[in-house]
Amino acid sequence: MQKRKIIVQNITFSFFRIVSFTVVGILFLILGFIVIRGISVINWTFLTAMPDEGMTEGGILPAIVGTLYLMLFSLLFAFPIGVLSGVYLNEYLKDSFFKRFIRSMTDNLAGVPSIVFGLFGMAFFVNRLKFGDSILAGSLTLALMVLPVIIRTTEEALKSVDDSLRIGSYALGASKLQTIRKVILPVAFPNILTGLILSMGRVSGETAPILFTVAAYFLPRLPHSIFDQVMALPYHLYVLATSGTNMEKSRPMAYGTAFVLVAMVLIFNLIANAIRRRYTRKSK
Amino acid sequence: MSELTVETKDLNLFYGDFQALKNINFKAEKNTVTAFIGPSGCGKSTLLRMFNRMNDLIDNVRIEGAAYVDGIDVYDKQVHVDDLRKKVGMVFQKPNPFPKSIYENVAYGLRVNGYTDKGFIEERVITCIKQAALWDEVKDKLKKSALALSGGQQQRLCIARALAISPSLILMDEPASALDPISTAKIEELIKELKKNYTIIIVTHNMQQAGRVSDYTGFFYLGVLIEWNTTINIFTNPSDIHTQNYVTGRFG
Repeated sequence: MQKRKIIVQNITFSFFRIVSFTVVGILFLILGFIVIRGISVINWTFLTAMPDEGMTEGGILPAIVGTLYLMLFSLLFAFPIGVLSGVYLNEYLKDSFFKRFIRSMTDNLAGVPSIVFGLFGMAFFVNRLKFGDSILAGSLTLALMVLPVIIRTTEEALKSVDDSLRIGSYALGASKLQTIRKVILPVAFPNILTGLILSMGRVSGETAPILFTVAAYFLPRLPHSIFDQVMALPYHLYVLATSGTNMEKSRPMAYGTAFVLVAMVLIFNLIANAIRRRYTRKSK
Repeated sequence: MSELTVETKDLNLFYGDFQALKNINFKAEKNTVTAFIGPSGCGKSTLLRMFNRMNDLIDNVRIEGAAYVDGIDVYDKQVHVDDLRKKVGMVFQKPNPFPKSIYENVAYGLRVNGYTDKGFIEERVITCIKQAALWDEVKDKLKKSALALSGGQQQRLCIARALAISPSLILMDEPASALDPISTAKIEELIKELKKNYTIIIVTHNMQQAGRVSDYTGFFYLGVLIEWNTTINIFTNPSDIHTQNYVTGRFG
């Protein structure tokens, strides 16, 4: 009997192990594929030059800069609003129909396909508010898309803060706002950063929301203002892979672009993780 | 009769339909230690939380009658709850230091109450850590995180934190129940010492502890303050059969 138990346990765990390794394996397969195909075209020119010769020569600088701008501005809009909403939902709003309504709407918003955000962005920001195809319109569209993610991760982060800290703070005569600012947010901050990291990945990688709102097919210069169009890495990748002038010659460029995109997301994740770890250690 | 710190008059408290406190009339003189004892759910912690209005944080609480701290009606509309809580320090069952430095934990109450003078804050922090009998253990690591301290040290830090705002009343909700015997002894020693400057009410499940630290003891049962007298009388000559059964360990 005892032996059987051990055998069953071993089989189960082996199964779990295989499944986990498969997941990791697939990830490495994808990354490896991109790295092997892409790294050969990576050089200084590729990273710092304008595209040339029908995008078969030169570099992808405008697309890199464009994506960086979109990340920066969309998170500049989405992060404060998302965090403040999360704080309001978790700390201020009592459980009510209203709260449940907001929460379910937030979840629904998170499930809306990104192309729908793109369409809305075009109708509202580009046409209605007359921003035109611009960094501003694209960033706002991306911001709307990641807002639910930031709100929910903020909420979860705040929920995981032990209530004894809140009560301890109130007992010392601190107001609710002081408690949130000085105790709750600092404790929750590392987990709130997780939401930011997830959002950065999505913002940098999504094509659909920027398709009608900002992305340029070919624009070999850097943007002058937030009302300028830009190229962006995911869209540029799509263009290189499907509709270049010389598919054979632009294919390696596409892999190079994919490599840069993945590397960029990875680097930002590492930075955010480092900040989170430093912050956690400081408060421990 | 000497000066009163705490008084309640015909106090009733309801959680929705459930009456948690029934007609409580209770007084605590200045510089005394009162222990609240009784079985779980008898209302002793609820009464403790009256005095700094911690019950405000719970929905659906209704209160009748009055409670006074330093002669001030705690539910007077004129009294702001944050100002009341400045007068009343509280120490909880589980040590709950903030994830900040030892120094900042004690300074917190001063900062949130608008004190900005660095010299004053530093002086208060040092004084309070000394009063909480923690100074020798932490004087070299005030900038270190409070979470690195042991449970007993954390609890004394929480006491220091409560002292910093110069309360007249200190509420302790089973302050030693999560601690080992040595830490418990230190806390009890501290309570006796603090009595010189503060009025203390302590909720405890530990009868010996109530006997050791308190001047007065109130026995609660089903929301009623069954008996309230000097600790010696409660333990040696209780007038109510419930009290007698409880303090002798026959029920509860």
